[in-house]
Amino acid sequence: MGIEVRGLTKTFGSFVALRDVSLNVASGELYALLGPSGSGKTTLLRIIAGLETADSGSVILEGEDATERNPRERRVGFVFQHYALFRHMSVFENVAFGLRVRPRSRRPEDAEIKRRVKDLLELVQLDFMADRRPSELSGGQRQRVALARALAVEPKVLLLDEPFGALDARVRQELRRWLRRLHDDIHLTSVFVTHDQEEALELADRVAVMNHGVIEQDGTPDDVVERPATPFVISFLGTVNIFHGRVEDGRGIFGPLDVEYPVHGDSQPRTAAAYTRPHEFDVSRTETGSGLWAVLENVTASGAMVRLELAGAHGGLLHAELGRDQFERLGVKPGDRLYVTPRKVRVFVE
Amino acid sequence: MSNELRTARLTEPRMVRWAITVVALAFVALFLVLPLVAVFAEAFAKGLDAYRTAIIEPDAVAALELTLLAAGVAVPLNVLFGVAAGWAIGKFQFRGRHLLLTLIDLPFAVSPVIAGLVFVLLFGRRGWLGPWMIDHGLQVVFATPGIILATIFVSFPFVAREVIPIMEAVGTEEEEAARVLGAGGLQLFFRVTLPNIKWGLLYGVILANARAMGEFGAVSVVSGHIRGLTNTLPLHVEILYNEYNAQAAFAVASLLGCLAIVTLILKAIVETRVERSARAAAHAAIEVRPWESKSAV
Repeated sequence: MGIEVRGLTKTFGSFVALRDVSLNVASGELYALLGPSGSGKTTLLRIIAGLETADSGSVILEGEDATERNPRERRVGFVFQHYALFRHMSVFENVAFGLRVRPRSRRPEDAEIKRRVKDLLELVQLDFMADRRPSELSGGQRQRVALARALAVEPKVLLLDEPFGALDARVRQELRRWLRRLHDDIHLTSVFVTHDQEEALELADRVAVMNHGVIEQDGTPDDVVERPATPFVISFLGTVNIFHGRVEDGRGIFGPLDVEYPVHGDSQPRTAAAYTRPHEFDVSRTETGSGLWAVLENVTASGAMVRLELAGAHGGLLHAELGRDQFERLGVKPGDRLYVTPRKVRVFVE
Repeated sequence: MSNELRTARLTEPRMVRWAITVVALAFVALFLVLPLVAVFAEAFAKGLDAYRTAIIEPDAVAALELTLLAAGVAVPLNVLFGVAAGWAIGKFQFRGRHLLLTLIDLPFAVSPVIAGLVFVLLFGRRGWLGPWMIDHGLQVVFATPGIILATIFVSFPFVAREVIPIMEAVGTEEEEAARVLGAGGLQLFFRVTLPNIKWGLLYGVILANARAMGEFGAVSVVSGHIRGLTNTLPLHVEILYNEYNAQAAFAVASLLGCLAIVTLILKAIVETRVERSARAAAHAAIEVRPWESKSAV
């Protein structure tokens, strides 16, 4: 039954880190806690591990209530952001630690420990590093040792706190793919914390987006990207254009934009905002649909995409994104007037 | 050649460098080496036999034993306290943490004589607790317990002061990792915490021991100078000297001199180990992003 968290609340002095948080992680799932710093995601992970105690609420691991249980009895694997390897031990001893500290009755034989550590080091492709000290390893290698060490105790769940946070972009990419493959092989219920939306969306089966101690939305990466539940979720998951306006009589009116909004059929207007992602605009030189126009200010090309920065007629900046071919066909330069039509808007009433 | 020239231009003139070095060395020779040599010269002034007699004389042996006993009790207790204080201050944030940190330094700030007097005031015949304790057969002042107490007091900060910064620098992540991996309290301490602080701890022990064995002021106040009973080595040296028995005084003093030399050697060895492990820790911290520096090149 994976991990079940019910109504967790945690405060540090007057700061509320978690506010009545509940979530379910299915067995074998790779789950991401995504949010800005201070959103409570690390606190939530540490409470699941037992490294922090909640003020109220409960944690159920594989169907057993673990709320009152000591971290050493929870059988979780924990990978720290800065690895937390035992600096005075070799890589081998680091991985063997969890087996060596077991009470004698449950401790494997020396030969068995040796075999298991060797297997794990092979799994993380570091068997040739067994005798090195952590200080002799690169960041990516250390993180893999930390992972092997966490797996050595055969945990029921694996918890990773910003596992790639201290690594540079390239290593992070590699390690991310490698972790996904590893997870597909061993299918261990895993939760990882990240502030990097790309990482969460690429890696996880399901994502919980957190803000100010609450989960704003949880669902598949597709859910949170395509059907964001709150303005925070849509803003956090990448650049977005915001049009302020109102809804009334089943319509949303945001400056020149006029869209259908059947949810609010009332004639009483309410303030609302419409959100559109940069790639959801149609851009043309001739007046079309919405009548929204803007002056091209800046063009940045990155890879196959071209980003346009436009000064909108309504005063604000607009961000649009086009394919390179499309941009070249358009043949525009800074200073030109462009008509932009959102293919998709998401309206949130305030 | 050009390198040498550049060095010459960038540093002080040769004469100045030379003069400063000579002054420093002369100072060391005059104030540190010469006295030590004098101690040993005087100790052996009347030959080897006189030296041996002065050292194996019963009062001297008793003083040596008392010194070893006092240090033998004070140092382990300070290790216990120092590690506990280091753990509390280095790993946790709590109310009164700064107060505790300041209080640990108290024995450095207070004159040892005053420390001795405090114990007399507390446990002396007319002190606060003294009469009651003496009635119950517990003589503290002018007896061994008083000497041990005074020794503990003056050597109190050394271990804690060495251990606290290391505990702070190492942080708590390794302990948390060990806990999640299933280590119990003792396993956690002996397998994770202790190995990380061992060199700093040893360094503190050496300093605390040197102070415990060499302490004069505080011990002098509580000792009562009973020969063969409440005299430590430093006190014994003073008594001999006051009796115009300079040779014997220096012979006993040479024992303390040997202790100082051994301490210095151990200190030098441990210091390099502490530095090395500190560098390894710093190295580990910097090496967190080894790829970044590579791609920056």
